[in-house]
Amino acid sequence: MIITNIETVPGKTIVKHLGMVQGNTVRAKHVGKDILAGFKNVFGGELKSYTDLLTESREEATQRMEAQASAIGANAVINVRYSTSSVAAGAAELFVYGTAVVVEDANSGS
Amino acid sequence: MENLIGFVTLLILGYVFGRLAERRHFRSIIKREQQYAGTLTFSAKTPPADMEVANARLVSGNVVVSVDYFKQVLAGLRALLGGRVSAYETLVERARREAILRMKEQARQLDAEIIFNVKLETASISKGEQQQVGSVEVFAYGTALVPQKATAASPSLGQPMAVRS
Repeated sequence: MIITNIETVPGKTIVKHLGMVQGNTVRAKHVGKDILAGFKNVFGGELKSYTDLLTESREEATQRMEAQASAIGANAVINVRYSTSSVAAGAAELFVYGTAVVVEDANSGS
Repeated sequence: MENLIGFVTLLILGYVFGRLAERRHFRSIIKREQQYAGTLTFSAKTPPADMEVANARLVSGNVVVSVDYFKQVLAGLRALLGGRVSAYETLVERARREAILRMKEQARQLDAEIIFNVKLETASISKGEQQQVGSVEVFAYGTALVPQKATAASPSLGQPMAVRS
């Protein structure tokens, strides 16, 4: 699965558009980690546990989008956008969407 | 009285450690920015038509940075008068530059030299909470393009061909 956030897949030609695909996940924080984060709030600095949490969540959302795309027969997703929103206190929604397409090698036709 | 002592202790701890952490972070950012200077980032949407691309991949980088207690108090005081909150400006700048660097790091691993359509997103995971942690998340993502010459040995791309968008 090729994923890009531009309107094309460089080096390939789009032969078919299959419509929008999306994936999301809502994650809550770990209480223990949150206490640590509160501690970090005194000293400042990177909150590694949050960074990892968000990376993981985005990966999961992306995987769900990929699953949806491959279910309808796509081999690439273009114009991908990420968005984050907080649904409830202490929980965040990671949302990713894009256009599922079928691509072919640009020089296979010639 | 105890409250006051606690407050002052937190203030001092925040000031000392926050300052040290920030200075260290900025030093490391500047160093790595020089190291990754060869990886170019663009906010333009489409690559030039005559660019020969062998591979395109989405790359991303994110970071959550927390503010220290001293800055939090400083920003609270600033909120009374209004104006520039320079304490937070450096925080967000640090986060942004770090996120971009992490994205470049990923691109470097793929042998990509150019990242197109870079988007920066700022989010908060603890928004709306009572006792919210003063932190900011910056997420950077873009499409890394691997130029053809880097994978010249690749048999599937025998003859060079311009990318048409």
